Amino acid sequence: MALRNIIGKRIGNGIGLVGRRSLSTSTSDVENRNAKSMNLYSAINQALHLALETDPRAFVFGEDVSFGGVFRCTTGLADRFGKARVFNTPLCEQGIVGFGIGLAAMGNRAIAEIQFADYIYPAFDQIVNEAAKFRYRSGNQFNCGGLTIRAPYGAVGHGGHYHSQSPEAFFCHVPGIKVVIPRSPRQAKGLLLSCIRDPNPVVFFEPKWLYRLAVEEVPEHDYMLPLSKAEVIRQGSDITLVGWGAQLSIMEQACIEAEKDGISCELIDLKTLIPWDKETVEASVRKTGRVLISHEAPVTGGFGAEISASIVERCFLRLEAPVARVCGLDTPFPLVFEPFYMPSKNKVLDAIKATVNY
Amino acid sequence: MAFCSKSSRNIINNLKSKLGLSRLMNRGSDGCLNKTNPDRFLPLITLPQLRNPDSYSHKTSHSFSSQRFQSTTSEPQFASVPNGEHNQELDFPGGKVVFSPEMRFLSESPCVYNNCYRVLDDNGQLISNSIFVQVSEKIAVKMYSSMATLQILDTIFFEAQRQGRISFYLTTIGEEAINIASAAALTSDDIVFPQYREPGVLLWRGFTLQEFANQCFGNKADYGKGRQMPIHYGSNKHNYFTVSSTIATQIPHAVGAAYSLKMDKKDACAVTYFGDGGTSEGDFHAALNFAAVTESPVIFICRNNGWAISTPTSDQFRSEGIAVRGQAYGVRSIRVDGNDALAMYSAVHAAREMAINEHRPVLIEAITYRVGHHSTSDDSTKYRPADEIEWWRMARDPVTRFRKWIETNGWWGSEAESQLRSSIRNQLLQAIQIAERAEKPPVNDLFTDVYDNIPSNLRDQEKLLRETINRHPEDYPADVPF
Repeated sequence: MALRNIIGKRIGNGIGLVGRRSLSTSTSDVENRNAKSMNLYSAINQALHLALETDPRAFVFGEDVSFGGVFRCTTGLADRFGKARVFNTPLCEQGIVGFGIGLAAMGNRAIAEIQFADYIYPAFDQIVNEAAKFRYRSGNQFNCGGLTIRAPYGAVGHGGHYHSQSPEAFFCHVPGIKVVIPRSPRQAKGLLLSCIRDPNPVVFFEPKWLYRLAVEEVPEHDYMLPLSKAEVIRQGSDITLVGWGAQLSIMEQACIEAEKDGISCELIDLKTLIPWDKETVEASVRKTGRVLISHEAPVTGGFGAEISASIVERCFLRLEAPVARVCGLDTPFPLVFEPFYMPSKNKVLDAIKATVNY
Repeated sequence: MAFCSKSSRNIINNLKSKLGLSRLMNRGSDGCLNKTNPDRFLPLITLPQLRNPDSYSHKTSHSFSSQRFQSTTSEPQFASVPNGEHNQELDFPGGKVVFSPEMRFLSESPCVYNNCYRVLDDNGQLISNSIFVQVSEKIAVKMYSSMATLQILDTIFFEAQRQGRISFYLTTIGEEAINIASAAALTSDDIVFPQYREPGVLLWRGFTLQEFANQCFGNKADYGKGRQMPIHYGSNKHNYFTVSSTIATQIPHAVGAAYSLKMDKKDACAVTYFGDGGTSEGDFHAALNFAAVTESPVIFICRNNGWAISTPTSDQFRSEGIAVRGQAYGVRSIRVDGNDALAMYSAVHAAREMAINEHRPVLIEAITYRVGHHSTSDDSTKYRPADEIEWWRMARDPVTRFRKWIETNGWWGSEAESQLRSSIRNQLLQAIQIAERAEKPPVNDLFTDVYDNIPSNLRDQEKLLRETINRHPEDYPADVPF
């Protein structure tokens, strides 16, 4: 999987694209017909256009979505589908999600945007206590499965405390919702369409750093990628790496360098964090005997901890080394210190070597 | 004319003269602010011409000024100083602003206490010149029977909890009129989002005593599959969303649902209930604001019963009640005597027409008193005087008050009363017996409905649990089959 060819360099201020190539066959689940080169926000925009086009009861709402959104993900929707279906909401995340739950409970596809994942917390009660339990507590008489909450997440190079957070772990602890994170434009379009059409409430985190930086051939037709199915995006035999979102491109760079030292790395994109695809990860660990998990979110209590505990439970005797985690530090996301905070390629590479040489 | 409804049951009473309205209108407000007294209230009869139903597209800020306010006659709260020299207006993105060289703060409280709409006096007699929506004998008798049934149901279930037969219960004593009268004024197509003190709405819609008992006992006939505490009723066939213990979270749901009804052009609205305590939650604020901006047909009914568990309203807020807050959000509001079933009925009926025909939210503040304890886990004599409770229970009982009205009309008598009470009591005792003996839902229902399908991690957990149950059956309740 040539992620590095999709995503421009994130080092320093250089945003130059390394180059564009057609994708490797590992993403064989989508036909390449009529593919067009586009970035992440355009791919998401296409998904939203298709969602509204194919379902007259689909709505897109949130702060500033009407003019196109602060990241341009909702460009053109209001003009094309009208202000009754694509509209600005007041500045109130608990209202956005609460309203969305009501809309979804009536059988509509409510696609809510939270402007930054850093601001999702006022909606946490509605997501955890209401959306996640809506079907269960009613004995399946009611559900808000049509609800999808989209939010840009993750480091962007200069975001600081409140424009860089990765809050996925909070939501992974909530039975009843799904958490999905795409790694690239082509993935994002197919996964977002699946999330929107999935009959369960979903939180969809979009790696904001990739909105412009990641460019890929994305098929123009309506396609969906399966949820709760992890993907092996690079085959290997010495160590399994697990990640999601923007971090995968960093991990891939580390894998390529490790290969020069004769270490064969298998890289897995989890895609759906809950319910997560244990089978694919375990099958890989049984092959390699080593695991490394990497995410931007702080290490303590991050979702890597769940993956680690689960793998150790089920593959203990196969493991040749402790499960490694290369993650963000246990601090608020810093500005000037961002390069120190981040789980960089070299941190990942060092951990690969340490694990292999354990 | 907004009050003409399609169904034949309701006719406007006393549309004879606008004079009758003056009681309802706050003409004489000697505003703390200003010499000229703007009418703070809408004249009921001269309801606005119906909005063009096709124009529910959202307005951009450019078209803020005229169309949004074509339906109210309220003037801005600021005084316009009669001296022409000082009168200067400016258009800014939020609307018109009238300048004044006098520095005036809006008072923290209105100088005149907000009018509370009532139609029946404390003895259940019609107040002369009152405006209300007429109720037929059939409906009135059904309303009364339902209120009495609710009272008996509450008493018996409360006792059942005290006997240890159910784990928990909370009563609606004192608020029967709010429950039943509001439900009677709605149609079965209106979508209800309750808090938890509104089982009367479900009762009105046809939920049976057995269905109530099944949920309280959490047996396998409970539609909620035994997952929640007693009184957490829900019924999709009755358009009554499942109760959740969290306060005020349902209020924004109602707005989203109302928006859906508007988009589908349904002749229906969403209705949501909450107490005085619930209005302090952020979800209340969020919902009212969203409802106003999205122009959604939702009725917000606040049961202002004076207490949020042990917290009196003086510790809850310092606004002059709840109806005044509606205006702050751009929501039409009214304060009603919640213990006057006829007033509640009329207000909800009117609110429903406005909500659906004008695509607007309406807030109803129903003044009442929580006669019962907060729940079976509470002893309210710890924080309020027992004689205050007794006074409201006896002298201000909404059920008795309505009974007097229907008796005055010759629609009810003491024989009907005793027959009703003993019949309901017997039915309830039987329903409880049946519910108590019924099997609980199977353990499999612990794992279903978390998602639409059972994911692999839950299949694994179910498998492990079954192994544990087999190994240690004594750890598990005997009445839950696996």
